[in-house]
Amino acid sequence: MTTLTEATGKAAARETPARRRPRVDRLPYLLLLPCLAVIAVLLLWPLGQVVGMSFYKLNSVRQLRGDREWPWVGLANYTQILGDPFFRTVLRNTVLFAAANVLLTMLLGTLVGLLLNRLGRKMATFVASCVMLAWATPALTGTIVWKWIFDDTSGLVTWLFNKLPDGLSSALFGRSDWTGYGWFNSPLLFFAILTLVVVWHSFPFIAVSVLAGLKSVPSELHEAARVDGASPWRVFWSVTFPLLRPVFGILVVLSTIWDFKVFTQQFVLAGGTQDRPTFMLSIYSYAEAFSPPPKYGLGAAIAVILTLILLVVTGFYVRMVLRQEES
Amino acid sequence: MRRGAVVKRIGLNAAGLLVALFAAFPVYWMIATSLKPNGEIFASTPRPVPARPTLEHYREILTGNLIPGVTFADFFLNSVVVAVSTVLLSGLVALLAATAVARFRFRLRTAFLVMLLVVQMIPLEALVIPLFLMIQRLGLYNTLPSLILTYLGFSLPFAVWMLRGFVAAVPKELEEAAAIDGASRAQTFRLILFPLVAPGLVATSIFSFITAWNELIFALTFVNDQDRYTLPVAMTFFFGRDDTAWGSVMAASTLFTLPVIVFFLLVQRRMVSGLVAGAVKG
Repeated sequence: MTTLTEATGKAAARETPARRRPRVDRLPYLLLLPCLAVIAVLLLWPLGQVVGMSFYKLNSVRQLRGDREWPWVGLANYTQILGDPFFRTVLRNTVLFAAANVLLTMLLGTLVGLLLNRLGRKMATFVASCVMLAWATPALTGTIVWKWIFDDTSGLVTWLFNKLPDGLSSALFGRSDWTGYGWFNSPLLFFAILTLVVVWHSFPFIAVSVLAGLKSVPSELHEAARVDGASPWRVFWSVTFPLLRPVFGILVVLSTIWDFKVFTQQFVLAGGTQDRPTFMLSIYSYAEAFSPPPKYGLGAAIAVILTLILLVVTGFYVRMVLRQEES
Repeated sequence: MRRGAVVKRIGLNAAGLLVALFAAFPVYWMIATSLKPNGEIFASTPRPVPARPTLEHYREILTGNLIPGVTFADFFLNSVVVAVSTVLLSGLVALLAATAVARFRFRLRTAFLVMLLVVQMIPLEALVIPLFLMIQRLGLYNTLPSLILTYLGFSLPFAVWMLRGFVAAVPKELEEAAAIDGASRAQTFRLILFPLVAPGLVATSIFSFITAWNELIFALTFVNDQDRYTLPVAMTFFFGRDDTAWGSVMAASTLFTLPVIVFFLLVQRRMVSGLVAGAVKG
């Protein structure tokens, strides 16, 4: 960051009034200054700081306040995490969860986008409005409502499973009375419900983006393909998909970034940071740092690992956006 | 042929209804539950529509003390203070930066835009620990300004990104005409550019508002005293856990959610273009 502002200053200084133009305009730099300061102090500096903190043993708030010294431990935090079998569980949870959620979100979102494009005007408006509701709902309250739907006594899902014919229910699941069944107790089921919540929250963005992309494709192309006797499946893969490929690329990358760092939904669904078997990277980092006893250095190291993974994904994203700008 | 088309239309509409139901049902269920008396909420057979709608849960959370001396309204107010301050600060800073980017050609302009794109991808969850350190050092721990500062940083990159388009959309000729007529730069900005960008500023502000309003992790970490909790923290703390007073929980959730939905629907169209559409135009 500092290099950027310094370079900006130098650039302004170099173009003195004697050179070419009568007056160098300093105004744009002045206008940018507050914004650059905010981004530098509140985003880039902490990003560097988290890396720095990961090399220290920081186990108390008094160290953070500067009342006690920071013992340097080098890579010890990293070796401790990477050597811990639990980290492998967390990493596996994170990667599998992100992969499943990106896949399902893209699939559902694309299907709904295609559907909205085919529906009549009124129906499309109605469905799109409903889809917007899911998008607009805050992660927090959306998750609380799903938690209520899966409540173990009066929740809708519990009621639905109780409604199943007893014989069928016993044959399929080995139980017929679902009252008091802890939907969130087994990690697999917990992740399934978390996936439901996250996909519900995130498919609308994909659907609307795909719809916007479809609207920009000239309808003659589809008609021509159909006149030539192509099936809808064929039309999608041979006409629609190639044209929307840049949009799909960006959507996949954005979804990946978002699904890798899901926090609020998990925190609320699990009721805090106690449910270790379902930990993913972001909540693991938070719990190590802030659940007593605090381990800020260790938490920082996990945050760095998460950031590095996302950095790779972000690289793809920036490249894609820039390439799209050029064309 | 004709019949096939009719069947297809019915199938498509049915699929549409199914999608609409899946998407909207939780929101509906939240509102419906908040309006049911406890007898209906905990009935063995759930009713799709409240038979005897009641506002008792709203009365409960609005008048009752969640902890001694602190009511739902206090949390609501904390959230409003934080979100509105964030919006004002971020709007001002973003407008200046957006004007620079949209109206001037200068060195490093593209570098700045690329940086905006990249910082939006920083996982904010990874910044809780270093920002906690900064807040402790600044002596802002356990204050609402700690959150305002944090959310300013989070909302700014997207706000600049979005506002840039609005500024670029104002015809440059208007400002040039004003300049020829002898208006100073400040006057041109105040009298020409600002009124024309105002709608865009409102739209951008709504996004900053939603960012600040919804945020949970930092609010959970930076504020300790219960009377300074923002609404999301209060909700996880008092309702979200092992509580089963679902009527009150749903009433509180509804009050928290409705402003967001209203604001969101006003500006969602720009969200898509902001995120997917391009970087270096205008």
